[in-house]
Amino acid sequence: MTAAERDAGTGNEALNGAEVLLRVLDEEGVEVIFGYPGGAVLPIYDALFKQDRIRHVLVRHEQAAVHAAEAYARSTGKVGVVLVTSGPGATNAVTGLVDALMDSIPLVCLSGQVPTKLIGNDAFQEADTTGITRPATKHNYLVREPGTLAQTVREAFEVARSGRPGPVLVDLPKDITVGKAPLTKPALSRLRRLSHQGGPDAEAIARTVEAMKTAKRPLFYTGGGIINSGPEASELLRRLARKTGFPVTSTLMGLGAFPSPDPQFLGMLGMHGSVEANMATHGCDLLIALGSRFDDRVTGRVDAFSPNSFKVHADIDPSQIDKIVPVDVRIEGDVRDTLEALLEAWGDTPAPDLSTWWNQIASWRSVDGFGFTQDMTPSAIIRPQQAVRRLYELAKETGRDTFVSTEVGQHQMWAAQHFQFDKPNRWLTSGGLGTMGYGLPAAVGAQVAHPDALVIDIAGEASTLMNIQELGTIAQYRLPVKIFILNNHYMGMVRQWQELLHGSRYSQSYSEALPDFVKLAEAFHATGMRATHIGELDDVIRRMLAHDGPVVADICVAEGENCYPMIPSGAAHNQMLLGPDQDSEAAGLTEEGKMLV
Amino acid sequence: MTETIQHSVISVLIEDESGALARVVGLFSGRGYNIESLTVALVDAEQKLSRITVLTSGTPMVIRQIKAQLKRLIPVHDVCDLTEEGPYVGRELALVKIVSSGDRRTEALRIADSFRARPVDTTATSFVFELTGSPEKIDAFIELMRPLGLAEVSRTGIAAIGRGPSVFHLKKEPV
Repeated sequence: MTAAERDAGTGNEALNGAEVLLRVLDEEGVEVIFGYPGGAVLPIYDALFKQDRIRHVLVRHEQAAVHAAEAYARSTGKVGVVLVTSGPGATNAVTGLVDALMDSIPLVCLSGQVPTKLIGNDAFQEADTTGITRPATKHNYLVREPGTLAQTVREAFEVARSGRPGPVLVDLPKDITVGKAPLTKPALSRLRRLSHQGGPDAEAIARTVEAMKTAKRPLFYTGGGIINSGPEASELLRRLARKTGFPVTSTLMGLGAFPSPDPQFLGMLGMHGSVEANMATHGCDLLIALGSRFDDRVTGRVDAFSPNSFKVHADIDPSQIDKIVPVDVRIEGDVRDTLEALLEAWGDTPAPDLSTWWNQIASWRSVDGFGFTQDMTPSAIIRPQQAVRRLYELAKETGRDTFVSTEVGQHQMWAAQHFQFDKPNRWLTSGGLGTMGYGLPAAVGAQVAHPDALVIDIAGEASTLMNIQELGTIAQYRLPVKIFILNNHYMGMVRQWQELLHGSRYSQSYSEALPDFVKLAEAFHATGMRATHIGELDDVIRRMLAHDGPVVADICVAEGENCYPMIPSGAAHNQMLLGPDQDSEAAGLTEEGKMLV
Repeated sequence: MTETIQHSVISVLIEDESGALARVVGLFSGRGYNIESLTVALVDAEQKLSRITVLTSGTPMVIRQIKAQLKRLIPVHDVCDLTEEGPYVGRELALVKIVSSGDRRTEALRIADSFRARPVDTTATSFVFELTGSPEKIDAFIELMRPLGLAEVSRTGIAAIGRGPSVFHLKKEPV
């Protein structure tokens, strides 16, 4: 018996590091890994080959593995797991890791590394992965000793899911996975100090409820934290809204936490938010931020953001409070606990009379900022908003549980504006980082997690080309994903900004030499469809939804359509651009704003 | 909201592990915070804890962010703003090399004596003085040495600790 075998000390056969790794993943409840093999992870792939408890989904690019794992995590509430090789495998994963970091998605990314004795020698496919991913992850590890492998991987899962969730990377030198390693027993966590102890501060809750009872123009501003906190938090939010009668607005990441068709829901706020949400944010006298982080896409000009409100900010991450907008009451902790405490403190207080406030909101709502006119002549050009609206209505008719992912750009905003959600975890989008190419691999992850659900990637033609190779993954695993491309032959949001801010000089934003998406679908063993006029739209959507395999639907839409309302960078919420005919300077479009992104 | 820039001395207890210092330094550079000086050394071998002392500056909102962001780092056990918590002692060590002869050499030695700087290396044409004190005291010493053959300076940056009996983190990790 070798020393390593003795050290294993489990009574089991001696395991190598790769086998220990898989045992720990199994203990952690991992069912699926998204990954791509390579030299440094061959031992792990060999161990995967010899077992049948954990499924591996082979993507076509490591970035896509991370996005798929993100969507898997966001749509299930579990930790997503990624496996990539050293060097380029790890560097390709970086965009996905930052995306998960910005949007607080729990992930564990396992990366191969050259053997420990070669680290620092510029070995083949060596990269300083922990160095590169340090600011791209919530935390990362390089396993140097076989004895620490099992506990490090367990701790990685704990870090990923605790507090504000995020991505964690574990770098695994090849000698660690090839050599024998002990399957140590789970040790007591050294991370207890990291998780928030106890409930929200009672005094902060009392001050909040007191403000809620006297507010004339209150507003809940909810974010992705409600989704991360679990479906129960969404349920508590709905109860609190019912009891108080307060209006609710949501960030992009929080959509679905509160049912969008509900009359108490004002829609998304921020740069492309609804008129009523932005005007209410500007005019409220009490703003209660729940699991949201005052992102610049939400606040617009910070010194003019919600200027006359008493502000409460509840967040699990104390560093988010007072980061951008100073608040009057801070509540640290899991938003689920905060909502529970607010409900309890509110008790049986009758809902206050907010009729003046609701009348005001109704008048803003009557502006119908998301409104558009679709010419219904069969040969008329399709407006992108109409395409999304019909997609929503026809998908709803199927009665199926529906998950929507998006790429990044105009189509993403139209999806957020016109697709309605009544459940959390169904909306998968890249909010913080704004990663073009997110939606297609995200649809892969969601469909793997929910094989019987309807999964739609609402895409733009430019974004979706950034990870189009994942059509191969979709074919291999027979994933019936629907890719709904709003094809306007432009990087639409870039085009929109060039029109508004750069004298309509469309520098490099035209999608030249596009593929024939129908043929492209067929080349990847999927079904291609195309709608070029409004008369074809419903039929294409119906056939797409009815088809039991993957579909790429090329929806040719109006090229020059802009996304409204729009709060230009550097402008305030009451300075929205509502449409193309409006004087842009009056809407707060300034030279100073041009400096902002 | 006040926009005045303030200086803060922040102590960080951090696990002594590979890359820990890089996490702290990377946080400052990545988020655009200032580091005016930084010292680090192992202070608790049993718990494997190092103590970092950072002298930084920023608006009160930025200083609060720096502390909150530091606390998010997984290996960080505790963060203490010595400037805010009350009086503290901040000391820096400097090694100052003087190359000169004649009157200038004599004058350098005389001034060093009045600063309680100790010659730790002496040759016929040079001294290396060791000096401890506040950064301001060291600045003053260096200025006086400039015309007297100042040749080279090595400074540690400040190490700091709170005055009085109260203690920043001596308790063990909860188990």
